This record gives sequence, C-alpha cells and structure tokens, in this order.
Amino acid sequence: MASSVISSSPFVCKSPAKKDLGVSSFRKASQISIHGCQRKSISRKIVSVMAPQRSSSTSGSVKTGMTMTEKILAKAAEKSQVVPGDNIWVNVDVLMTHDVCGPGAFGIFKREFGDNAKVVLNLAINILSLLAFSLFVIVTSTLKVWDSEKIVVIPDHYIFTSDKRANRNVDIMREHCREQNIKYFYDITDLGDFRANPDYKGVCHVALAQEGHCRPGEVLLGTDSHTCTAGAFGQFATGIGNTDAGFVLGTGKILLKVPPTMRFILDGEMPSYLQAKDLILQIIGEISVAGATYKTMEFSGTTIESLTMEERMTLCNMVVEAGGKNGVIPPDATTFNYVENRTSVPFQPVYSDANARYNHIFVADYRFDVSKLEPVVAKPHSPDNRALARECKDVKIDRVYIGSCTGGKTEDFMAAAKLFHAAGKQVKVPTFLVPATQKVWMDVYALPVPGAGGKTCAQIFEEAGCDTPTSPSCGACLGGPADTYARLNEPQVCVSTTNRNFPGRMGHKEGQIYLASPYTAAASALTGHVTDPREFLQ
Amino acid sequence: MAAASLRSVNPTLPRTLPSPTRSPPFQSPFLRFAPTSTSFNLKPLVTPPSPFVTRSAAASPQERKTFHGLCYVVGDNIDTDQIIPAEFLTLVPSNPEEYQKLGSHALVGLPASYKDRFVEPGETKTKYSIIIGGENFGCGSSREHAPVCLGAAGAKAVVAQSYARIFFRNSVATGEIYPLDSEVRVCDECSTGDVATVELREGDSVLINHTTGKEYKLKAIGDAGPVIDAGGIFAYARKAGMIPSAAA
Repeated sequence: MASSVISSSPFVCKSPAKKDLGVSSFRKASQISIHGCQRKSISRKIVSVMAPQRSSSTSGSVKTGMTMTEKILAKAAEKSQVVPGDNIWVNVDVLMTHDVCGPGAFGIFKREFGDNAKVVLNLAINILSLLAFSLFVIVTSTLKVWDSEKIVVIPDHYIFTSDKRANRNVDIMREHCREQNIKYFYDITDLGDFRANPDYKGVCHVALAQEGHCRPGEVLLGTDSHTCTAGAFGQFATGIGNTDAGFVLGTGKILLKVPPTMRFILDGEMPSYLQAKDLILQIIGEISVAGATYKTMEFSGTTIESLTMEERMTLCNMVVEAGGKNGVIPPDATTFNYVENRTSVPFQPVYSDANARYNHIFVADYRFDVSKLEPVVAKPHSPDNRALARECKDVKIDRVYIGSCTGGKTEDFMAAAKLFHAAGKQVKVPTFLVPATQKVWMDVYALPVPGAGGKTCAQIFEEAGCDTPTSPSCGACLGGPADTYARLNEPQVCVSTTNRNFPGRMGHKEGQIYLASPYTAAASALTGHVTDPREFLQ
Repeated sequence: MAAASLRSVNPTLPRTLPSPTRSPPFQSPFLRFAPTSTSFNLKPLVTPPSPFVTRSAAASPQERKTFHGLCYVVGDNIDTDQIIPAEFLTLVPSNPEEYQKLGSHALVGLPASYKDRFVEPGETKTKYSIIIGGENFGCGSSREHAPVCLGAAGAKAVVAQSYARIFFRNSVATGEIYPLDSEVRVCDECSTGDVATVELREGDSVLINHTTGKEYKLKAIGDAGPVIDAGGIFAYARKAGMIPSAAA
C-alpha cells in the first residue's frame, strides 16, 4: 500500500524507492546517488512515496494501472499491459538522424542488411556506361529501409565549417536519402548562405517539432541524446546509437526495456523572471546527473500546464542530463493546438492512470512550489552543480552564448530581447546568438517583441551590441570543428543557454561554462558577471 | 482507414473518436518472430565454452572470457566529450580506416590532471586493457563513437560503479567493450598501470588486481553478455535466427 509522507520542514532529503520492481537483468538495479542532502534548498514540500512491487500480470485479471510511458510502449509493442523491467519489441513511428551519426547508422544498415546488388551495379557503371544506364533502369538496389516516410534526416551539427569530413558527411547523407527515397531530408548545399537552401532547417530537435514530426502517443527515436526533447509532446522519445539506428532502419523495431517513471509535480504561478531552464536545472541539481538513470521523468502540475510548447521542450530536453531515459508531459490543448497546426497525421494521446489509487505506479514523487524558486545556474563542470544565480554575482565572465536546442528557440530569443530592452544598456562581453533553425532566425528578424514598441529581437540585439545572429545550426554547443562560430578556443568563462558543461564541452578543456536560462544569460551579458535577471526585470 | 482520412481532412473533430484505423503494423521482412509474443527474454546462445569467433577480436574462448592487462583509472561522471571530443565525430565508425583513427583519440578529452595518456600521441592502440571508472561512466551524448573508440583502441572491458544508459546500451549493441559493474569504488583502490585480470564467469565475475593483491566481485553481466560475446546486436540476432544471415 503506497504511503505518502509530507514534510513541513524546509528541506527534506528525498530517498526514492529502491525496491526491485522485478527488473529482469538486461542491467542490474540502477543506482541512485543522492547529492541533494548536502545542498541548500528553497523551502518546499516533498512528498515521498514508496512503491510496492508490481508484477508482470500475464493473466491480465488484476489491472495495476500504467504510466503514460508504459501505455505508449505497450501500444507500440501491441501488448495490453507492460510493467517496468519488461524487455519488449517496439514499433517505431519516427527515426531521426543527422549529419554526425547518419553516415554511421546507414553504413551499419547497409553492411548488416545489404546484399551485393549495389556493388554489382557500380561495377557495371564503371565498365560500360551506356549499357550500365539501361542496367540502372532495370536493376534497382533491393535493399530498402523499413519505411522511407518515417525517417527524418536533419543535417545540423557541423554545417557551417570548412572541415572536409564534416562537409562530406552531409554529402553522404544526400546519397543515402536519394538511394532510399527518404521523404524528409532537410538538405543544405550552399554553405555560404543558409537562406539559399529552401529545405535546410537547422537543429534537429527544434526542426522535428516545427515540421510536425512530434505527435502525442508515438515512439520517436533519434541518434542524438537530446531526442528526449520530443517528450514534451506526450510521446516516448529517446536517443540511441548508430547500431540501434541501423537496426531500426532495416526493421522498424527496437528492443527496449520499459522504464519506471519518476513523477515531478510542479505547481504554482511561474514568476516573471523564471523560465523552464531554471526549473530543469533546479530538478537536476536536486537528483544529480544520475538521479533518473534508466527512468522516465514525467512532468505535470499547474505550472506545467501553463507552459508553452517551447518551454516544455526546454524542460524535457535536459532529462538526459539527469540520466533519464525519456521525459514526458501529458498532452493538452496547448499541445494539440501546436501539433494540429503543423501536421494532419492522426494521433492518439495517452495519459497516466493518475489518481490516489494509482500512486504506486510511480517510483518517486517530487513536488515543487514554483512560486518559491529563484533563477539558477549550473556551475562548471556538471549540469547538477546547481547554484543560485544571485550567489554567483562575483563570477566574472568572458562571453555569453545564446543558442542550441535547449535555449535557441524563438521564445528564448524573445526572452533575451525582452530583458535587453527593459535594461536599455549595452552588453559588456561578446554575446553570440545562434538561432536553432531557419524559422527561428526569421522570427528573430520579423516578429515584434511584446512591449518593445514594435522592435524586433534583431533590432534590440543590435542596439545592445550583441553579435549578429548567425546561421542556424548546433553551433558551438558541443565545440565542433576548429572553425565553428563562437567555439570556446581559450580557457574562458562562458554563460550559455546550452545543455552540458563537462570539461571541453564547448571546445577548450579548461573553459568554464555556466548553464543558464536566456534571461540569466542576457542579464549576465549586461554586467559582465553571472547575474540574476531580477536585476533588470520586475 | 475512413476514420483516418476523416481526421486528416477535418482537424477539429473531437478526440473522442475511436482510434483511427491504422494500417497494419509494418511486418519487417528482416524479423522472423510473431510481434505479439510475450516479453522477449534474451537467452544465452550457447553454454560456454563455445567456439564461435567474436567480431571485436579473433580470440580463443578462454581469452574471450578472461581479460588480462594493465588498468587505466578514471573518476566519476566521465562523459562522452571526455571519452571522444566532439571534433572527432566527423569520423564515421563504420568506415574501417576512420574506425582506427577513432581509437587513436580515445579518452583524449580527459583534463590535464590525468598525467598518463590512454593512447600515446602518434599511436592508434592503447596499452591498457581494462578501464576502471566510478559512477555514471559514459554519461552525456548518445554518440556510439564513445564505446567504439575504446574498443578500437584495444580496451576490452570497463569496470565501473555505474553507467549512463545510452553508453551501456551502445557498448552492448556494438559488442565493442564489456561494461561491467563493480560493487565497491574500485577506482579508489586501483591505480593506472596496475596489472589486472577480469574473469567473466557464469555466476559471479571478478576483477583481480595483481599489483595490490586484491580481488573484487563484479555483478553478472546477465543478458547483455551473450550479445557482446556474439559481437553485437546484429550478430546476436542472426545467431538467434531473428534476422537472416548476411548474404555470402
């Protein structure tokens, strides 16, 4: 029987249930390291729930209830019921890859599933071009991906560079997509002017959402750890490696272990100076970089319901930084409105069986009173090295970076512009702006910022002395080739709206990266120190 | 299908409509099993010892289950950027020449506080067979280049307190390296350069540090073992008859 403990003390060290939920051993019991006990914290209530054992009910007579993630996976595995720990074969709805992992994934697909038809074809072409042309017409490669309309190929990582291998990788993807007739390939050929490429989008996770590939209830896999971003749409989305992706390319299925779900209930009105980035940094600081390993992080509560889709994406984006397998948010009118404006593919939303009777289906419960939270940063060199922004005000910085799937979306730039406009000052350090996609870039130049008398983000950024917004891509979030714009090539201190700050993440091994919200990043740019955005916002 | 087309034409239809009829789930020509089977348990393919050759290195059955060599010790939260910095991700692991190059860059992202390099400059192979780690080894990116570069460099196993899930999964899927769980903080008791043996046995596995004379129990690798033994998820699936063998 589930029991809840509500503590009235300012801080409670939460010990998530460590009971073995019958997890069969693809991997033995995960380890949860608790750093939180030593951390200072804002006063809030924490509810601790002990989850009793749930056994795999093959008889089906006793329904134990399922979380959202369990329901999505059960449906994708064509089963009526699953429990955490089950290894199941799951049908994949969408597979995404990009320029870094795509060549490897397709390479493995061809090596493992291919016969020699293509090799013979190439030989013929070399020997007799005329005869080969007729051969080409008659003999087509027999190797086909499982569904050429369920694969989305999005070059985004190393695009605007002269690195020959990086450029070659985009060419390789073009060849694969042509050969396999991949419907969604957001190609780029003119590296000198991104606007000359009508198909090119930019950062994969933002493009997936903007192009209508994210839908409630579906299973989306990507060869990138931040694929978990799409969980904001109420779907199962997680990152996989090249080999797994090669397998999916051929079969459309993947073997997954059903994760248990940790529930994070966020209630209260969002303060005007707080953003989703602050919420997720708060949570990761609470449970540590391994706090959600092999688990689902499910976010709900009145605060979550008030968030826009882009803010929800920011929240789910960094689930992987806590070790999480996937993040998920129950879909609602906000979700449906966004999705239905971008796709006409039908979808079926699912929801956790969540009332008091089903509390046991969650392995941990965390509650936050958001109205009491303050802007936070993650100090070098770990995403869980949480500190209040205001307590870091003596940290002198060398630069600010606003971009990436985490903090480079339209609303992220709007927020930064809003703060710059409210402050009416110039930045004190180089401030790099990297819109995530073409659409974001266009919004930065076209949309008026509310309360700024009709000015666009771009105008406000220029007046504040920021760098000109650059070509959309992943940019320097992960360093990249040596000539990547805004790469950290010296041991400097950078405040960034990105997602990881391990040593060397943005380039230089001794670079110091403070992860922050767009508000905090903008405020810090204005002072040249890590700065709480309340200095400039009411 | 009628419900599906209705929905696509008229997006304002309430969501209480019965679930739109989907086309039957894709039946892959590559997978040979009933999709409605109950939970699939990965069973060991053969009882040891067995004569099949692994992909990672041609070895006798004894060598495959026992690794002997020098240790390289790292700390907690060794993330994928430290294992293989992002600038090297342009190397495609399925390209044999670039696979070797990846090995030469293994663990080059570690900070300068690590005095011993995992791979000496100019070399492509490491002299260390066993990597000893702390908590959350392999956290960060989903890049498969991480376990691949360690295997390409010649490491055989990682012994760590815990792993990040994507790294663990990628190690198994590629068959490049054995990710083994220790029960104590082995990284605090071993030093780089210690001579050690890892023995993978049916029940308990063990790490023996010959330099210190200490032995450590390791958690059984379980269902992941046979997959790595076979050389990764594809080789395993073929041996298990789940997908057809590669054409001759």
